Amino acid sequence: MAVKDFWKRHENLYFAVSNKKVILGVTVFLAIVALAIFGPMVTPYDYEEFAGRGYQPPSKEHWFGTTIMGRDVFTQVVFGLRSTLLVGFLAGTIASAIGLVVGFVSGFFSGKAPDEGLMALTNIFMVIPSLTLLIILSAYLPYRGIATQAIIVAATAWPWTARAVRSQTLSLKSQEFVNLSRISAAPTFRIIREDIAANMFSYVFMVYILQFNGTILSSVGLEFLGLGPTRGISLGLVLQNAVNWNALHLGMWWWTIIPGLILTLMIVSLYFINTGLDEVFNPRLREM
Amino acid sequence: MVDRKQEPILRVENLTKVFSSGVFFRQFTEAVREVSFEMYPGTIMSLIGESGSGKTTIGRMVLKLLRPTAGKIYFQEQDIATLRGKAELREYYRRVQGVFQDPFSSFNPLFRVDRVFDMVYDVFLPDVKDREERTREVLRKVNLNPERVLHQFPHQLSGGQLQRLLIARALLLDVKVLIADELISMLDASTRMGILNLLADICQSTGMSVLFITHDLALGYYISDYTMIMHRGRLVEQGATAEVYHNPIHPYTRMLFRSVPDIGHRWDPKEKFVPEQVSREIAEFYASNSGRGFAQVSSSHKVLMSLD
Ligand SMILES: Nc1ncnc2c1ncn2[C@@H]1O[C@H](COP(=O)(O)OP(=O)(O)OP(=O)(O)O)[C@@H](O)[C@H]1O
Ligand SMILES: [Mg+2]
Repeated sequence: MAVKDFWKRHENLYFAVSNKKVILGVTVFLAIVALAIFGPMVTPYDYEEFAGRGYQPPSKEHWFGTTIMGRDVFTQVVFGLRSTLLVGFLAGTIASAIGLVVGFVSGFFSGKAPDEGLMALTNIFMVIPSLTLLIILSAYLPYRGIATQAIIVAATAWPWTARAVRSQTLSLKSQEFVNLSRISAAPTFRIIREDIAANMFSYVFMVYILQFNGTILSSVGLEFLGLGPTRGISLGLVLQNAVNWNALHLGMWWWTIIPGLILTLMIVSLYFINTGLDEVFNPRLREM
Repeated sequence: MVDRKQEPILRVENLTKVFSSGVFFRQFTEAVREVSFEMYPGTIMSLIGESGSGKTTIGRMVLKLLRPTAGKIYFQEQDIATLRGKAELREYYRRVQGVFQDPFSSFNPLFRVDRVFDMVYDVFLPDVKDREERTREVLRKVNLNPERVLHQFPHQLSGGQLQRLLIARALLLDVKVLIADELISMLDASTRMGILNLLADICQSTGMSVLFITHDLALGYYISDYTMIMHRGRLVEQGATAEVYHNPIHPYTRMLFRSVPDIGHRWDPKEKFVPEQVSREIAEFYASNSGRGFAQVSSSHKVLMSLD
């Protein structure tokens, strides 16, 4: 009985843990995060160290094989994964935060001065070709760390979040249920929590996941062009090196396929979480 | 019938609402223009007008969801703009309630429909112990089967069911004024009649008055004691229902009554309906009148004679 009551009270949680997409996505994503956390602890090598003979396929000593120069691919991948996740987390957070604030404020004051100003700014950022801006900015900064890269990526990622959040706020504002709560003399905090925040939350969460994904992809893209962090390693850099050394032509599948696969799995798992959560939050999409 | 000896429960004076939008290219929409009327206890007043004429806007101002650009609204002779603080607002909403035009967006999609009742209990009736039983009772009054509708999500119910849930919600409270915006638009003819009769019953027994917003002339005639005709934000004619329906003066009102199809009367290509002709008739009507503002046709019938 107590168990049943618990699930009744935490209905969303129940739908979340019984949604196959969410379970699959979360499992894969957590596995990748675990790899990024524990991988660097278990590997005996350093990612820049020449760990053994070059051109070695996966073996007991080198789980993901070695590069042409004899660096350990597993070590490079797990260290690279750390910084890639960090960039995604930082850039995704910054972009979502800016987009949320800008979108919410301009939606709230729709048609008034703050809205017109913020939307003009958003549109300017939107039409700037983001890759060009990224290349120019990156090229001008002699030293680039993870934080710099995250800020650069976030600067071009926030506008579409802002637009999406604005239109969501607008449509919430015109919803009669907010008015119904008002004429029910409901406490303001209840209206904000249940009518506005709850209806925004699922959206915000998804925006965040999409931003996380998008920023990881654009930072990998930057690294691939040689415009990543000036020091350190990341998944994009691993892939860039592999391509520079013609790894695929040389039959070194472990150097390209493995990091590529991990990157793909990460992105796909987040998409699964995203669509699964949509079903959880939105009663319309629940399979009853 | 309108009982002039009683004090009005709600009095609206020169109510005006102008919407503005845009900063660089400012646009103004005059949704409501100098509207005045009075509502008396126990009566049903219908507010009739074409789409976009400003009916909903008037209702929203009475419900304090929109602030009037000009004009005043008095509830029991108190200016509602002077209501201050949570407590005064709560007492106002205990007496003045509404049912909105769009039932689908009146429910928060994330919550079961019971929430709209719970909010009423939480705020206005915190001492009620048997909430569920009381809810079932009002649901049966609006001809809903409680088993079918309670504990459902809004998207699982039809527009007509949602509309009746909202009516039931308003009936939980002992309201003095009900703003009913197209309240039965989604109901079939027989359920409609049931609801209308229920409303009329309640008005008679409790003295509730209803502002019945509609564009259905037949319904207006059936239910209301008093009729107001609205055109482009202005009240063009108002009076006791029988007088307005049997002796319409304003050309817009006349046109409205002409354009109602009779049962058993088929469309005829020779009877063309020309909107420009109506505008011209209205303009000529205003030009031919020497009087300003409203003319009193009888003690309970007024017509707008000219725009100034
Ligand atoms: N929030 C708003 N902002 C700007 N204009 C508005 C707003 N709400 C209503 N209007 C305008 O005010 C006018 C009157 O609208 P209202 O909703 O009161 O009409 P209505 O008589 O209820 O029409 P309907 O029968 O279609 O419901 C319309 O021209 C509408 O475009
Ligand atoms: Mg309306």
